[in-house]
Amino acid sequence: MLYSEKVMDHFRNPRNIGEIVNADGVGEVGNAKCGDIMRMYIKVENNIITDVKFKTFGCGSAIATSSIATELIKGKPVEEALKLTNQAVVEALDGLPAYKLHCSVLAEEAIKAAVKDYYIKHNIAYDESLYCAGDCPCTHNHE
Amino acid sequence: MIYLDNAGTTKIDDSVLNAMLPYLKESYGNASSLHSLGQHAKEDLENARNKIASCLNANAKEIFFTSGGSEADNQAIISASTMGARKNKFHIITSAFEHHAVLHTLHKLEKQGFKVTYLDVYKNGIIKLDDLKKAITDQTCLVTIMFANNEIGTIQPIKDIAKICHEHNIIFHTDAVQAVGNIPVDVKELGVDMLSLSAHKFHGPKGIGALYCKLGVPLLPLIEGGNQENGKRAGTENVAAVVGMATALELATTNLQKTMQHEIRLRDKLIKGLIKIEHSAINGDLLNRLPNNFSICFEGIEGESLLLLLDDKGICASSGSACTSGSLDPSHVLLAIGRPHDVAHGSLRLTLSKFTTEAEIDYCLTVIPKIVEYLREISPVWDKLKKGEISYAL
Repeated sequence: MLYSEKVMDHFRNPRNIGEIVNADGVGEVGNAKCGDIMRMYIKVENNIITDVKFKTFGCGSAIATSSIATELIKGKPVEEALKLTNQAVVEALDGLPAYKLHCSVLAEEAIKAAVKDYYIKHNIAYDESLYCAGDCPCTHNHE
Repeated sequence: MIYLDNAGTTKIDDSVLNAMLPYLKESYGNASSLHSLGQHAKEDLENARNKIASCLNANAKEIFFTSGGSEADNQAIISASTMGARKNKFHIITSAFEHHAVLHTLHKLEKQGFKVTYLDVYKNGIIKLDDLKKAITDQTCLVTIMFANNEIGTIQPIKDIAKICHEHNIIFHTDAVQAVGNIPVDVKELGVDMLSLSAHKFHGPKGIGALYCKLGVPLLPLIEGGNQENGKRAGTENVAAVVGMATALELATTNLQKTMQHEIRLRDKLIKGLIKIEHSAINGDLLNRLPNNFSICFEGIEGESLLLLLDDKGICASSGSACTSGSLDPSHVLLAIGRPHDVAHGSLRLTLSKFTTEAEIDYCLTVIPKIVEYLREISPVWDKLKKGEISYAL
């Protein structure tokens, strides 16, 4: 099979799907042209991510990586969420096909983008070096 | 299970399998052997060739068995271009949305110095004859344009293309893999020089196909090593597969009108039902298309998720989605008919067969809209479209 059972489970029954109306941070990454867009919403109370929701346009692994990423950061301090790596996402899903690894990178970036939005909205100073300079994982030429 | 991926491959017909079995058991002779076991195999091979030729209105000497459509396409193009090069002609004309068996072969030739013109297929998925006429130069040695497109099912004006090519003494090859066995194909009436076909697209076995090459049109072998197929294709003949292909093609030809009517009725029901989904569009011309082909784009969703959810509901479908192919680019066919990248990602192809039932189509009509609705609900792209942050393309 193309995907592990874990991936299929998260694809079929995505956790934390939807949106948070008054989110403290919203991050969107990806490009519809590449076929994947992830949007993450976070609610933060006392520096803890109390709620997280997502919406994803993309393939099975894009939905599954978003879903597991929300589980991995829910209830965690913001700084810890920032440490989530795409490798941790892949491991939590029992692996991804090589050409789908970019989906896990997107999941990591979506969380970072949501946290960044939270920092900006709440005037919290943050380490800009944590954020890539727009070098999205799909490095090919779209046109 | 509801199988609606018949452009991908088809279920082997029971009668085809039964016709093949003796050659996988007791009649295992090598058609090149002198003993009676071998000679019987040879006889049956030639009978099969006659049957296939007759279904296409060709001469048996014009039928060369190959391992399938891809090999037939490769051989036709490499042969015609090699002959062209001998006359110092290094220009080939094709369409923008050919099968990769044709496109990749042409890309290889481009690296060797050939110039290739890719004709626009426009929004309806059909080339314009005037574009072809304008593209022809005294350097053109080959025109290769597919009969019917594998993704969107549009049918090209093959007879007119052949006529234009012959007015300029240019060889015309057509990849008819999706056409043969599915719509009438008469090589004399069409006037084509070379035509590729594949058995598993009409309820025959995989791994067998043929190249029709008109008498008088030179053909060079792609595979060397023996005198089989009149020296044009080396390798011990796969008699079982050839007999299977002949049985399948005869069956398809006999029932062609009935099957086409059945497929058209069900396909049109699909079109009518699914086009009701807002912001969706059928891909390719509605009239000049294969009876069994339904192809649609749904805005705001991605094809692979759609296919996986359909599979969960027992529906085998396919998509022009790139995700499964390992590339991030969507289908070159959908891009060629002008679908934007993001829309091309949300495609669905359902291809029917004689085995498809009305109940299966009705089931699809209840399941598919719900899945599309669900995927749109969780899609940030759909969210933006709905809020007017970006504009609809469909």
